[in-house]
Amino acid sequence: MTKELLKGNVAFAEAALRYGVQAYFGYPITPQSEALEHLSERMVDEGRVFLQAESEVAAINMVYGAACAGVRVMTSTSGPGFSLMAEGFSYIAGSEVPVVVVNMMRGGPGLGNIQPSQSDYFFMTKSAGHGDFHPIVLAPANVQELIDMMGLAFDLAEKYRTLVFMAGDGALGQMMESAELPPMQPVRTERPDWAVTGNADHASRIITSLYLDPTQLEQLNLHLQRKLAVIKANEVRWREYQTEDADLLLIAYGMVGRICLSVMREAREQGLKVGLLRPQTLWPFAEARIAELAGKVRGILVAEMSAGQMLEDIERAVKGKVPIHFHGRMGGMMPMVDEILADVWKLAEEVGAGSRE
Amino acid sequence: MGIQVNIPEDMELVYSYPAALTERSTHYCPGCTHGIVHRLIAEVIDELGIQGQTIGIAPVGCSVLAYDYFDMDFVEAAHGRAPAMATGIKRVSPGKIVFTYQGDGDLAAIGTAEIIQAANRGELITTIFINNAIYGMTGGQMAPTTLEGMVTTSSPGGRDHLIAGYPVQMSEILAVTPGAVYITREIVADIPSINKTKNAIKRAFMAQIAGLGFACVEVLSTCPTNWNMDAWKAMEWAKENMTQTFPLGTFKMTDAVKALKA
Amino acid sequence: MAKGFVVIDVDRCKGCGLCTHVCPSNILALSRDAFNAKGYHPVIVTDAEKCIGCASCARICPDVVLTVYRQKRQTQRVGVQAAVAVAPSA
Repeated sequence: MTKELLKGNVAFAEAALRYGVQAYFGYPITPQSEALEHLSERMVDEGRVFLQAESEVAAINMVYGAACAGVRVMTSTSGPGFSLMAEGFSYIAGSEVPVVVVNMMRGGPGLGNIQPSQSDYFFMTKSAGHGDFHPIVLAPANVQELIDMMGLAFDLAEKYRTLVFMAGDGALGQMMESAELPPMQPVRTERPDWAVTGNADHASRIITSLYLDPTQLEQLNLHLQRKLAVIKANEVRWREYQTEDADLLLIAYGMVGRICLSVMREAREQGLKVGLLRPQTLWPFAEARIAELAGKVRGILVAEMSAGQMLEDIERAVKGKVPIHFHGRMGGMMPMVDEILADVWKLAEEVGAGSRE
Repeated sequence: MGIQVNIPEDMELVYSYPAALTERSTHYCPGCTHGIVHRLIAEVIDELGIQGQTIGIAPVGCSVLAYDYFDMDFVEAAHGRAPAMATGIKRVSPGKIVFTYQGDGDLAAIGTAEIIQAANRGELITTIFINNAIYGMTGGQMAPTTLEGMVTTSSPGGRDHLIAGYPVQMSEILAVTPGAVYITREIVADIPSINKTKNAIKRAFMAQIAGLGFACVEVLSTCPTNWNMDAWKAMEWAKENMTQTFPLGTFKMTDAVKALKA
Repeated sequence: MAKGFVVIDVDRCKGCGLCTHVCPSNILALSRDAFNAKGYHPVIVTDAEKCIGCASCARICPDVVLTVYRQKRQTQRVGVQAAVAVAPSA
């Protein structure tokens, strides 16, 4: 397949189609509406199911229904819509059906704005709405990764019968980059053996998250926790850049991870031994590796488009071994290379890893 | 059921346990009309021979455990969201028969957007709407369909439209949508009305089978426990009082639906 | 000879009494002294000879307590509608 110039939102939508998504139910919200628009045409072209729902509340419940019927299904949205879907997420998690949701994060809280942010980290990683659960959260940093992770998202969702979030942001959704789409995969014709398809050929199946008996609900929760433990053990992903000899470690994901790659290169040119760890899964999180690296470096700088959400997970992993500094922008502001670099120098001076003289 | 009884030789079976129901005894209160409507739906499904192709969506309310009583594939929806779940299921399984079973809070309060939009889209699903003018499961609070002046645990002075608005007439509202092909309001309060309700339910399922559009049967029902009446008195009360605010009748029936031999 | 015959699944009955109000022969009543496994007074037939097998009781029963039989008619009658053809499944 050849590379094409692709807009992020269009890329993940087309990728989903080629990875065999059978149904898409969505609602327009900036900065991801191009995905809905693209699929409104392409899904119909390919004989798949597309519907623009009346709200995100309806959309996630349509997704939930289709998932119960055993098809590959997804939706996409941004912060305010994501909040509306939270009830649906919890039901999906509790009833163990596979669902993929793309969240192109924007400035919040509330209506916020349409510029990029990473301020839904807590929301996405800590729970799936009410109840004890963690969805898998993937964090692409460029359009190619966004495309590749769509396939991974569906595979993981179905492998574990779980909820998978794609943590994008407005910049990733809107930017255009050269990337390669996968070839068209055939759509699955079989339905899984737990799906509701009419009991003509099986004993009645009930898909629910209701267990009035607390002994039963505790069993479900223990089962879910065991499932999450397996996911934690097997599905952590991250990338490292020049961490072998690093004195200082940058940790950032998504667009900020990409910006920090430039920061790292700049810093190296200026004589600082900086490495970068870029988480590709926000849940499960690379806490073990971060804890390990914390033992080798003199300081860590975390950069996020938030008030410091991933920061808390990093602090927990590092356990105070080394100083952690934070560079955060909020409200849709994007951090710039030189601003982050200035903070790298501040950290370097504080921990004696270099000085500007 | 394992009852050994000597049936006289010249007798034939007139009524027996519907195949589409499980044998489980329901948790519903004595005299609750949920039991009657569950039975009617099961009888219709048996008569139409669609048990193996039917997928039901249970609501939140007293009938949250409906899936324990129907012997068919079933899913549990969030409160009010059943029509959206049904849409998702039907759109990816067009050959199946998909129905929602919803109470008045589920359909006429939290789920108003979902039901109106599903009707408006002419979604090929069937909705059975149980309207007993009260929130049973949560202990008798006011419902969107609670009658003016009716005392409930959250309208202790009786419903006052100046505060709480008027009872919502969903059949009238749904009938306006072009996608709805059969909207009717029935009651289960005596044998003739029970028979009529069954017929309406059958027609509503047949409308889906024939691919005609959205069908909803609103069934005026009773809640003896929260109305503080015995079962028969509750039926009489429903006949006398509910039908004034919620007139019985068919509000929408296309020619194609009329032509179905229900 | 009674025209009809009713079988009561005693332990399913919740003693709601609806059937006792609709029986046209007035032969159903809630037992005064007996209790079933659920603790309700189940319905009983007070005069089986008068049963006409109309199945009104079964049609109003929320708990599918009653199975009804009736004398076979002279002319054959289709008791249950034939199944309507259903579209092939997706």
